[in-house]
Amino acid sequence: MDVAWTMHTGFGSWNPALWLAALLIALVVALAIRALGRKDYRKNSAQTKPFISGNEEPAHGGGHIPASNLYWGFLESMKAYYERLVPLHTGMLGDYLVWFLGVLAAVLVIGLVI
Amino acid sequence: MTISSIAQHLPALLIAVPLLTAFLTPLIGGVNRTLRMLWVALGISATSAIGLALAWKVFTTGTVLYVFGAAAVGQVLPMDSGGIPIRIIFEVDAFSALMIVIASISAFAITMYSLVSESECSGQDGFYALLFLLVVGIMGMVATGDLFNFFVFLEISSLAGAALVAYRVDKGVAVEAGLKYALLSTLGALCVLIAIGLLFAQYNALNLATLASRLQFTTLDKIALALLIVPLAMKCGAVPMHFWTPDTYATAPSSITALLVVSSQASLYGLFRVLFSLYGHLVQFNYATFGWFVIILGVLSMFVGVTMAIPQKDVKRLMAYHAVSQTGYMLLGVGVGLAVLGNRSALNAYGLTAMAGGIFHIINHAMYKGLLFLTAGAIFYRTGTRNLNKLGGLGHTMPWTMVFFMIGALAIAGIPPFNGFASKLMIYESVFRFSPFLSIVAMVVSILTLASFVKVFHSIFMGPRREEFAAAREVPAAMIFGMALLAVVVMLFGLFPQTFIDGMITPAVTALVDRGAYISAILGGH
Amino acid sequence: MLSKILINFPLIAVVLIAMMGLSAMVFKRNIVKILMGVTILESAVNLFLVATGYREGGIAPIFTNAPSTHMVLPTVQALTLTSIVIGVATSAMMLSFAMIIYKKYGTVDVRKIRKLKG
Repeated sequence: MDVAWTMHTGFGSWNPALWLAALLIALVVALAIRALGRKDYRKNSAQTKPFISGNEEPAHGGGHIPASNLYWGFLESMKAYYERLVPLHTGMLGDYLVWFLGVLAAVLVIGLVI
Repeated sequence: MTISSIAQHLPALLIAVPLLTAFLTPLIGGVNRTLRMLWVALGISATSAIGLALAWKVFTTGTVLYVFGAAAVGQVLPMDSGGIPIRIIFEVDAFSALMIVIASISAFAITMYSLVSESECSGQDGFYALLFLLVVGIMGMVATGDLFNFFVFLEISSLAGAALVAYRVDKGVAVEAGLKYALLSTLGALCVLIAIGLLFAQYNALNLATLASRLQFTTLDKIALALLIVPLAMKCGAVPMHFWTPDTYATAPSSITALLVVSSQASLYGLFRVLFSLYGHLVQFNYATFGWFVIILGVLSMFVGVTMAIPQKDVKRLMAYHAVSQTGYMLLGVGVGLAVLGNRSALNAYGLTAMAGGIFHIINHAMYKGLLFLTAGAIFYRTGTRNLNKLGGLGHTMPWTMVFFMIGALAIAGIPPFNGFASKLMIYESVFRFSPFLSIVAMVVSILTLASFVKVFHSIFMGPRREEFAAAREVPAAMIFGMALLAVVVMLFGLFPQTFIDGMITPAVTALVDRGAYISAILGGH
Repeated sequence: MLSKILINFPLIAVVLIAMMGLSAMVFKRNIVKILMGVTILESAVNLFLVATGYREGGIAPIFTNAPSTHMVLPTVQALTLTSIVIGVATSAMMLSFAMIIYKKYGTVDVRKIRKLKG
């Protein structure tokens, strides 16, 4: 493969061209498998409807899950972390200044001691 | 004026052209709209062309010096000055040139985009004047070789940035963000000014190279170091001084947010310049301490940034937290390089690669984060909301924006074959040799980044069409052009990483590590 | 001892003024008072810059009727002028921000100016 395509990290190498070629091959294989698919498929028949335990498919429109419902589980399990972290972002100008001056003071002390 | 004299005066033109454009915009804008648009497009094209030409010159022929006010542009040390470069000198080495490339590409794409995205707003003369002043500030910060000059450009970029953030008052919310940004920037700049005073009082020089050659690392120098690096770390949005970043980035007009990302990376440039070119290689300088300082800032930024991004509901605020998180990668990569700077074998084994990864990430981040903010702006332009809970189903009507968003999102999450993967791979592999734990943190952060962008993608583009956005169409061509330019750069950097690493990143890393070369470019043989 | 204090008097003043400015910025809740703190801090920095430029018995760089051409290099004075100009610009901008915030929010208390948080 051409040198321009290969990146050397000093520990290994990375070649986007090979990656793309692999993707392409996978795509071809997938399409080939799809072409071998069932012959008894009929469009616009009951076959194409999603099966939801025999219930009617709900109407489109209300089906979109809003963003804040995603990752509910993650946020719930990390609750202890977020309960400490989010309140730090008070939005108060004075707190922003204190954080800045605090880090400055810490670095000054560390820098002068070491 | 001939070509050769233009080529000779490129560093001066890099400042002069945007400055002239900025101050003439209100005059020309007074004539009519079309003329103003043409003038702004001409101004930014000229600025970017000059920037790229200067960078090309630096990458092909080496460091470019420019002495303001001297008889000849290369006359660094006047006869009667006693060996002190008394004039303001621009010292554009490979690292500066890399930053100029970033600023040129981003500024061009952003201005083209804002020509349309801002076309229905009032007060355009002031808007473009401030935008060009912000470009002047960024270009000056990365090109100058003079510490006080750096302070002046830092203030120009902060002032113009704060004014632009507050420009669309937005019921006062934007002004609140502007005030926070302005106040913290002013406080930071005052600290930098005290540091400059401390250094000048001891060494009678403001030139970075001269200062570097005279530095004794006295107690005052240590204080000056702290007063330089903490404000610059704050300006680039490192945790725990990042609080202004989401406020400011979320409320600014989207094109300005993309430019503010570049402006904070110019501060990052200043931070690295101070640590490496000014203080690095001093006998008493404790690499491990300051290296770990940068690494800890980086790891905190990565982790806190991404975890704060996940529960956000405002798309731009979410992206702003990701900007904090990605800055962490740069700090981590370069911090590892700084920590092993004194150890030649470790530096060659993995330090240089880590630094190259960190610096490659700067340019990659500027491109994909600029792209993401521009897509967020395109969505806001058509829907008028940034709230993720209200958005949905836009993939039907805004396919190009969706494609550009996907490119940006995959790049920021480090998915091959986009550019974010290339730089992150370098950071993972080299940092692993330094400390496996840090490398694992970096990978976890990458996964969380992907997760949070899946959420954004799902809530903006997926789902059935929504009635409230039935009128939303694809954005106009100029906005698509701005986004497409950045998307193409993202893909190019991802597909041919080694070409760009050899051409730009490795020279930049060498320039940063080789403090002697930075000094001797000004003071001659050392 | 006394002469040492006298010679460092400007620097002691710098520290005192800077402390005043910083404490106003950190402890005051009124935006206008915080901005006054910033201005006071700026004055401290300007005083510091000028103080570092003092040379005992030095000749000011004014060439008319100068007793000698061996003069003080007026760099810090130039720096101070620049810094004053920048200070005026930042103060003006931030005070105008404070005005708009007061118009829109009806308050100048930083505890209430926090629509952006979290």
